[in-house]
Amino acid sequence: MLAQKGTDVVKRGMAEMQKGGVIMDVVNAEQAKVAEQAGATAVMALERVPSDIRKAGGVARMADPAIVEQVQKAVTVPVMAKARIGHIVEARVLESMKVDYIDESEVLTPADDVYHIDKKAFTVPFVCGCRDLGEAARRIGEGAAMLRTKGEPGTGNIVEAVRHMRLVNSQVRKVVGMSPDEIMVYAKELGAPYDVLLQIKEAGRLPVVNFAAGGVATPSDAALMMELGADGVFVGSGIFKSENPAKFARAIVEATTYYQDYERIAELSKGLGTPMKGIDMSVLQPSERMQDRGI
Amino acid sequence: MAVKIGVLALQGAVSEHIKALKASGADAQAVKHSSELEDLDGLVLPGGESTTMRRLMDETGLYDSLRLFAENKPIFGTCAGLILMAKKIEGRNGPHLGLLDIDVRRNAFGRQVDSFEATLNIRHVGDNFDGVFIRAPYIKSVGSGVEVLATYDDHIVACRQGRFLTCAFHPELTGDTRLHRYFVGIVEENR
Repeated sequence: MLAQKGTDVVKRGMAEMQKGGVIMDVVNAEQAKVAEQAGATAVMALERVPSDIRKAGGVARMADPAIVEQVQKAVTVPVMAKARIGHIVEARVLESMKVDYIDESEVLTPADDVYHIDKKAFTVPFVCGCRDLGEAARRIGEGAAMLRTKGEPGTGNIVEAVRHMRLVNSQVRKVVGMSPDEIMVYAKELGAPYDVLLQIKEAGRLPVVNFAAGGVATPSDAALMMELGADGVFVGSGIFKSENPAKFARAIVEATTYYQDYERIAELSKGLGTPMKGIDMSVLQPSERMQDRGI
Repeated sequence: MAVKIGVLALQGAVSEHIKALKASGADAQAVKHSSELEDLDGLVLPGGESTTMRRLMDETGLYDSLRLFAENKPIFGTCAGLILMAKKIEGRNGPHLGLLDIDVRRNAFGRQVDSFEATLNIRHVGDNFDGVFIRAPYIKSVGSGVEVLATYDDHIVACRQGRFLTCAFHPELTGDTRLHRYFVGIVEENR
């Protein structure tokens, strides 16, 4: 009857329970309550949403623990929080606060430009971003229990998330159709751990859930990502930068569940007001591209 | 003919339940609309977030349809599904579907870092069952018509009341289909 904590089943299972749901960025207790009432399956507590991080510049770090604590007290849904890539101590601090999931995130300024955190050493589960199967498999190899596309955070532009979701899924299909000797060479090309690719071949899918993130700005964007095979959706700046956050949040939740009910999506998209303005990729400088961090 | 069992697919671990039900000899399908309940013999309320599922039920009219369905059809709720079925939820004003005479505590074992696996013996189902508890609730007390099927650390974590079955853990994540087969049996008897 001895209980085992922090097993792969428990870490990955927690993300399975989020499937079909929307995880929303919040910066205080009030926003967390709006998100929960709208039907968010979890909230991500942070100091600034990605679009404000973009504007502010400078070094973006883990949120003030006081904000995380306020959010934890305000809601019963899981509370996630971001640590900088490679910042072992920020992650340990969040774990000590009993955050439900840690996002080792490129939205924050990386603390380590070579190594990610050894996530297997933690009891708390981690989610990480990926642009292709190489990144996805490396993060799984390090112990990530959940993945998300990187997209391009804080832009309100869905194009990068679409690119990343399509690429990962097509590469998964490719691995499933390969023989073990071909997978060894493909692992070399991708810089991916061979055993993770073998697991993918055996299961016919990634061993962890893969959400969409980085640029979801409308209910139709959320539905598009589900159509392309996302297990669920993270919405960062989109909700609380819109004119009517409560209504907007409800619409995104419903569009994610009913992503193929187009009449319903039309109905719930009516009169939502202006979504966040959005940024075209061509105007971003290389240094402004968050997705190129921590690969 | 195999019984037909739906899995409420508003959010949560839907595909895992469908797989487990199929492996247990039932026809299984996802349910997102009231109309899809019509020809079902039973229903699973999966793990996920109960507040999210409830909001979507209210939005779509599924709430009333589910209450009607429950009047004569078996339902099996796991984790969030247990909370949806309970008549009493600590810290919340009123129940969701209110089907089972049980009093529950949400996130009763703590936050995610306290989530765990433990071996359970389940009455009528079998011993050495891998119980996967994820931010799980437990049942504080049950009414007189409710049979307790499993406990962990002196807390009730599975029970049955007539055609209603529930557990605080996630059998759908383990590949062990004994509990699903038990539910399929309840559905077959009820048909």
